[in-house]
Amino acid sequence: MAIIRDVMPAFDLLQPSSAADAQKLLQEHGSDAWIMAGGLDSFDWLKDRIKKPKVLVDLSGIDELKGIRVTGDGVEIGAMTTLTEVAEHPEIRKNYSVLSQAVSVVASPQIRNQGTLGGNVSQDVRCWYYRGGWPCYRAGGNICYADTPVGRNREHAIFGADRCVAVHPSDSVPALIALDAKFVVQTSKGEKTVDAENYYIGPDLDITRINMLQPGDLLTAIRIPSTWAGATFYFEKVRDRNVWDFPLMNVASAIVLSGGAISRIRLAVNAVSPRPMRLKNVEDAVVGKPADASTGEMAGKLAVQGAVPLQFNAYKIPLMRNLVKRAVCGVAGQQAYGALTGDLDTQEVAWNS
Amino acid sequence: MSARWPTIRMIVNGEQRGIQAPPMKRLLDVLRQDLHLTGTKEGCGEGECGSCSVRMNGELVNSCLIPVLQAQGAEIQTVEGLAPKLEPGGTLHPLQEAFLACGGAQCGICTPGMLMAAAQLLETHPRPTLAEIREGLAGNLCRCTGFMRIFESVLAASTQASQPALRQAHHAR
Ligand SMILES: Cc1cc2nc3c(=O)[nH]c(=O)nc-3n(C[C@H](O)[C@H](O)[C@H](O)COP(=O)(O)OP(=O)(O)OC[C@H]3O[C@@H](n4cnc5c(N)ncnc54)[C@H](O)[C@@H]3O)c2cc1C
Ligand code: SF4
Ligand code: FES
Ligand code: FES
Repeated sequence: MAIIRDVMPAFDLLQPSSAADAQKLLQEHGSDAWIMAGGLDSFDWLKDRIKKPKVLVDLSGIDELKGIRVTGDGVEIGAMTTLTEVAEHPEIRKNYSVLSQAVSVVASPQIRNQGTLGGNVSQDVRCWYYRGGWPCYRAGGNICYADTPVGRNREHAIFGADRCVAVHPSDSVPALIALDAKFVVQTSKGEKTVDAENYYIGPDLDITRINMLQPGDLLTAIRIPSTWAGATFYFEKVRDRNVWDFPLMNVASAIVLSGGAISRIRLAVNAVSPRPMRLKNVEDAVVGKPADASTGEMAGKLAVQGAVPLQFNAYKIPLMRNLVKRAVCGVAGQQAYGALTGDLDTQEVAWNS
Repeated sequence: MSARWPTIRMIVNGEQRGIQAPPMKRLLDVLRQDLHLTGTKEGCGEGECGSCSVRMNGELVNSCLIPVLQAQGAEIQTVEGLAPKLEPGGTLHPLQEAFLACGGAQCGICTPGMLMAAAQLLETHPRPTLAEIREGLAGNLCRCTGFMRIFESVLAASTQASQPALRQAHHAR
């Protein structure tokens, strides 16, 4: 059946002007409702008739969800703040540059101008079978089309798969995990604050949901505590094209060094698993060690332990080993801002070794 | 039927316009179908190619992914607004001259989007480096030119002091 993909199907459009109203409407309509932020992800799902909400709740008129506030303890970013604003904000560039760096390599200028941080962290997986409307596990069916001998799974997971092998595609999330960001969620039981890494759930827990949000819930803000302000940061994204593309993998770290040794570290990798991964075991293993190549080697090896490649994505194992290595020791004498991001030569190093 | 739809007011290429349209209609379709501004093209319809790029409130966006409700009250510039009141013998925008002179357009499908992205770039970076041009045009795909001629065009538009020089370059080809 041909789908006229340009034309929106019919649904009720609700345009609340406050977060409280939005939440009320979401609670009222439950699983019939779809939240629309910038609409980049939403548009495709709706036009293609793959998600069929009865009610669309448009957040674009809610001013209180927009903008960045410098608080006594870090910064608070409203869920409806655009990626461009996040990338360019002076306080974020100064003290939390891993986030400006991560966000500034999302897609294209056009998409960063329209896409919001709340939408970026809440976007669904990009698996083409699922996006193409195939009735796979994640869509509520009982098969995974990607995890077959002929399935196209070059971009898919090496960790955390449980029937579904799709990866989380966001560039901002690993940076937010490295910064120990807190996501502020309004639920029917009031406000909840969750650690960035715990916003996500894996297919083992609920295969049809990418994050903890239940029908009726709303992400209102992301808070970055000052704990890691001015730390030594590292971010690197590897993708097929130097611009526009989703990550094949990305890595983010925040490190505090004292006397050449790693005294504190947070480390996250994305596009390797259905859930963005914080590498707690690697963090623990490198604390107290010098930030040098041998610590990096050790970290890289540890990071990929237990990885399970699919037919076409075994390259992700050496890639991850190298990215983790650089995120741990590559920061030693170098100011990470702008280093290596999407650089073809470094990608080759990662691919060939 | 259209009476049921809300009125969307926008300033398009400097003119106040009011259109009755389904609020979730794509800005792209409103521009092309309701306002007959067919300069803006659709390539992919999913944010990947940039051929639908327009400027909304001074920012570059993909009009294929903007529900027109989000353009309520906005100021929109399309490729038609680059060289206003274009008549035979009138002046083109320096970027348009440069694209002509340097071979920056072939089939032309990507060109309106490229021009808008380039116009946006030149506003913030009047003398861009090649790296800045690449970044500024990062969301725009071209299947014909191989991009180099487009980058040259933008560079030329940003450095050429006068239009006649560009035209001469064009005629010399
Ligand atoms: C061509 C293209 C290329 C891209 N490349 C990249 C890339 O390289 N890296 C990357 O990280 N991303 C990439 N993206 C993803 C893009 O950044 C996201 O689509 C975008 O950030 C989604 O944001 P949005 O504001 O448009 O959200 P929407 O599309 O409106 O929403 C996205 C999802 O989040 C939910 N949601 C949104 N806001 C909230 C909220 N406040 N509370 C609860 N749920 C909410 C929506 O219901 C929806 O399910 C790309 C997208 C496109 C179209
Ligand atoms: S990887 Fe997940 S989303 Fe893709 S086909 Fe398999 S179950 Fe569906
Ligand atoms: S048509 Fe809008 S980006 Fe391709
Ligand atoms: S000129 Fe044909 S796509 Fe660019």
